[in-house]
Amino acid sequence: MAMLEVNNLEVAFDTPDGTLQAVRGLSYQLEAGQTLGIVGESGAGKSQGVFALMGLLPDNARVSGEVIFEGEPLLNLPEKRMNQIRAARIGMIFQDPMTSLNPFMKVSDQLIEVLVQHKGISRKQALQESLQMLDAVRIPEARNRIHCYPHEFSGGMRQRVMIAMSLLCRPRLLIADEPTTALDVTVQAQVMDLLRELQQEFNTAIILITHDLGVVAGSCDQTLVMYGGQMMEFAATRDLFREPAHPYTKGLMGAIPRIDEQMEELVTIPGNPPNLMNLPPGCPFCDRCPVAEPRCYHELDPPEQFGAERIRVCNLPREAI
Amino acid sequence: MFSFIIRRLAVAVPTILTLITVSFVLMHAAPGGPFTNERNVPEAVMENIEAKYNLDKPLWQQYLIYVGNVAQGDLGPSFRYKDFTVNELIESSFPRSAYIGAWSFLFVVVFGVGLGVVAALKQNRWPDYTVMTAAMIGVVFPNFVMAPLLVLLFAVTLRWLPAGGWEGGQVEYIVLPIIAMATSYIAQVARITRSSMIETLRSPFIRTARAKGIPRHKIVLRHALKPALIPVVSYLGPAFVGIITGSVIIDQVFSTGGIGQHFVNGAINRDYSLILGVTILVGVLTIVFNAAVDILYTWLDPRVRY
Amino acid sequence: MFFSDKHAGMGELADTLAEDAYTEGRSLWRDARRRFMGHRAAVASLVVLVLLLLFSAFGQFLSPLDNESIDWASLPNLDEDGVPSLASQHYFGLDPIGRDLYQRTVQGSRISLMVGVLGALTAVVIGTLYGAISGYVGGRTDAIMMRTLEVLSAFPFMFLVIVLMAVFGRNVLLIFVAIGAVSWLNMARIVRGQTLSLKRKEYIEAAMSVGVHPLLIVLRHIVPNVLGVVIVYATLLVPEMILFESFISFLGLGVSEPYTSWGALISEGADAMWTAPWTLIFPMLMLVLTLFCFNFLGDGLRDALDPKDR
Repeated sequence: MAMLEVNNLEVAFDTPDGTLQAVRGLSYQLEAGQTLGIVGESGAGKSQGVFALMGLLPDNARVSGEVIFEGEPLLNLPEKRMNQIRAARIGMIFQDPMTSLNPFMKVSDQLIEVLVQHKGISRKQALQESLQMLDAVRIPEARNRIHCYPHEFSGGMRQRVMIAMSLLCRPRLLIADEPTTALDVTVQAQVMDLLRELQQEFNTAIILITHDLGVVAGSCDQTLVMYGGQMMEFAATRDLFREPAHPYTKGLMGAIPRIDEQMEELVTIPGNPPNLMNLPPGCPFCDRCPVAEPRCYHELDPPEQFGAERIRVCNLPREAI
Repeated sequence: MFSFIIRRLAVAVPTILTLITVSFVLMHAAPGGPFTNERNVPEAVMENIEAKYNLDKPLWQQYLIYVGNVAQGDLGPSFRYKDFTVNELIESSFPRSAYIGAWSFLFVVVFGVGLGVVAALKQNRWPDYTVMTAAMIGVVFPNFVMAPLLVLLFAVTLRWLPAGGWEGGQVEYIVLPIIAMATSYIAQVARITRSSMIETLRSPFIRTARAKGIPRHKIVLRHALKPALIPVVSYLGPAFVGIITGSVIIDQVFSTGGIGQHFVNGAINRDYSLILGVTILVGVLTIVFNAAVDILYTWLDPRVRY
Repeated sequence: MFFSDKHAGMGELADTLAEDAYTEGRSLWRDARRRFMGHRAAVASLVVLVLLLLFSAFGQFLSPLDNESIDWASLPNLDEDGVPSLASQHYFGLDPIGRDLYQRTVQGSRISLMVGVLGALTAVVIGTLYGAISGYVGGRTDAIMMRTLEVLSAFPFMFLVIVLMAVFGRNVLLIFVAIGAVSWLNMARIVRGQTLSLKRKEYIEAAMSVGVHPLLIVLRHIVPNVLGVVIVYATLLVPEMILFESFISFLGLGVSEPYTSWGALISEGADAMWTAPWTLIFPMLMLVLTLFCFNFLGDGLRDALDPKDR
């Protein structure tokens, strides 16, 4: 059985202006030690989909479906039980290390509290372990800097702190929500390298959320493409890049500038992501799809399984796209 | 910290000087002096009196003499209560005002913050609605409405508590003044605390703390309380000034014999030195308190440095 | 309560407003109106406030009595003959010296509301101009103007206004000006912050680059653009001004006879409450009702203009 199994996950938000469908019918599996990339534009429901696993959505969210992690269903767990899983067995890294670390607490206190909470060790011991972890994420002079506040670190260093914090209890699964988006390009590569190395070292499975296909190509075993809260395509990363089976995936790949090709201008997918308050009944991508047919506006075929565990959600046959 | 205190003083001294100057000029621009309504006073006696209070000297000399004296902590003789100096009047009345004020301030902080936090944590449930309704009502009852209303209710109608007086500051004499003084500020602080706590609880770093598996009560106390208190602290300055000012009302309604009574009497009787003295005292207190608030900031928010 | 730092969230609100007003253009105002209309308490408060305004303007015609004549017959036995009754046509009863309290209340409402509006207006005008100039000119001028503001902020203004009243006598017009003139500090601070962020916008830079006179830029571009914040803040200033005036009048240092205000009426009522509690209750209800409505109105406007807080 897979380490993580997500079946038909739905996330909706009740807002004063109506219901917002953030995620619809999302299903996927992840094996221990593997890396799954979830790709999509902002608003595609990537983050909401994983926040739901951790029970981190705000009060106005409604979640349904099934999430099974190491044999245990996660949805609707009592808060107390969920807290034993958070950080201890599923770690999490957030997009912006500037706002995700508490600016009012010393880094040391923020690290220590995780260990004290989950391992029940003394603060002194926890400090030692935290220092080791800061060394592991290669923060120079960790011994001096651990007692600083987050704003005294640079962006890249802050994200390293965040990574160290999420790995303190050696979780089996690490969810990284756009871990490099807020960082400089040079630092992005360093952080990704670090994540890969740590994954090897601790044998952690990773769910990597990104809007950057380049990041996925370099580090994920499997890739899930999302659009408008729905899965569009799921495949081993190599297969996906070799032979995309969905017009949206194709469009995303066309939008990556390539250094070996002369281009007049950057390729983009025309149009805007759909309004999640008022989704069309058919395929969410139909408005922007270059090959859409009239029926795409009204209905969407169920997921089609083909090849080696590949899934696509599209009305058109593979050859037609 | 040392340079911070120096810089604070650099602002405080001109502030107090301006305060003295403005009040001084205003008082002396007044038509009629402090002794104009004392008729039947022979010319010679009048001159004596004026000489005694330096009123015969040119204005700029009076000003310099006064500033010099104030710098030495001497606020001069009262023009109206001839046997007392301003210092003596303040010494006898200020402790009472400070006593009531300190209790009120404590109530404001403890109940205001406490109720605000409870409301925020139970957002859109009955404790929230209860606290916020009470706060909405409390805000619109300023001290000068609250004070007579409390007297009407608890002294006139129910006869549970005395309507006024000091009597050494016994509990039954200071309960109503403190409630009258604190109500609208408690309400205000509760509202500020609630909205800032709700906003803090929505921050990304609170989500991080939840992702770390920290139990809710620890998140509130350890992660959220400090940032949520920052807007409350910025309100404490004005609240402090309001409480000082409010003591004028409290003294008036409850006859507690605090400093406010002297101030109002001074204003009505043109007791220059007394009214100047009280104004300076209040100014100094305000400055000291604001400095204390700034120090509190550095403790609350590590990003703020002086 | 009497010092304008009361609304600690104002600065933040101001920031949001500037951003939204710029990015969303006109639709912000339409949205704001829709949200405001959805805020029932605020709409109801607005209605009540309009009624109060009408009451203060025309209320005297609803009673055949006037606000000067003393009811000598009832005066000796005020606590029995002076009670509010429809039969005696003293709807609110008699005041402590035998005048019709209803007419006195109408008269007091007029002055209180006038002080509130004019005081707020004075504060808004001074504060907006000061803040806009300080933020727009920037550099040394800004530093000096802000330092001045800092020095002034430490002033115990209530005391200063009382001194002013004591010195120059109790004059209604002077109260307007005095109150307004000392309450503009926060307004100035908010507008300055707004101006600083506006200054970096392209259209202002464009106007600067073609050499439009700075004063013209401030008046034509900066001031209209900070209007949203100014309106919200002005709404919040009015009750503060009313409180300020009532406070001073309560101490007997504000408006003087034959004029009156809610504060003065409450003060008289407080002295007479042992025998004639209605003299306290009626003016107090008026004041509290007004403050209540302004509070809800302020909340509604904040909700309407600050989408983030929904």
